[in-house]
Amino acid sequence: MGEPLNVVLFSGTDDKLQAAAVLTAGAAALGKPVNLFLQYWALDAFRADRIERDHGLAPEAGAEGRVAVDGLRAAGQASWAETMRQAKELGGVDIEACSLSMDLLHLTPADLDPLVDGVEGVTSFYLNAGEGQVVFI
Amino acid sequence: MTLQITQTLDARGLSCPMPIVKTAQAIKTIPSGGLIEVLATDPGSVKDFAAWSRTTGNELVEQSEDRGTYRFVLRRK
Repeated sequence: MGEPLNVVLFSGTDDKLQAAAVLTAGAAALGKPVNLFLQYWALDAFRADRIERDHGLAPEAGAEGRVAVDGLRAAGQASWAETMRQAKELGGVDIEACSLSMDLLHLTPADLDPLVDGVEGVTSFYLNAGEGQVVFI
Repeated sequence: MTLQITQTLDARGLSCPMPIVKTAQAIKTIPSGGLIEVLATDPGSVKDFAAWSRTTGNELVEQSEDRGTYRFVLRRK
């Protein structure tokens, strides 16, 4: 499937993390390599002790959005973390923490969920991105 | 002629992209040429299975719909 899909994941709310997980899992199912680069609040959501927590929704969701998201969850929709795990099981998905964000949040690799493969800088991210699309969420 | 199904995957009730993700995982467990039957209720799965089949080369042998349940049969490449 040629060039990878490259996702800069910045947002730390459950709706945006879910959107990123769906894109990642879909690409992985097609055999397309995926590079995820975790920055800021997204990285915070990948902390081992916080990943299963409620991370709220983007402000535009409002009360109605909250009800809609809860409804999908009650109907059995997999959490974004579970969707990411399934995507990784398919192979070809690499999840890297942004080293600047690691400093910002005072994190060490041991603080992160095992979904995260390592820590890298933006140069390494671009090198691995090749000619593939870069998506910012 | 009835197709010899190697494995059936029940993906009913799962939302996008899980039916495809589970299928991509399950098809790896059957031999090349084997058939997997997938049941799904996600309406997006009709276009998704067609696209997945085209991209991965696993042939979509059959597809049907019965009262909101979609059935797909795919042959592993």
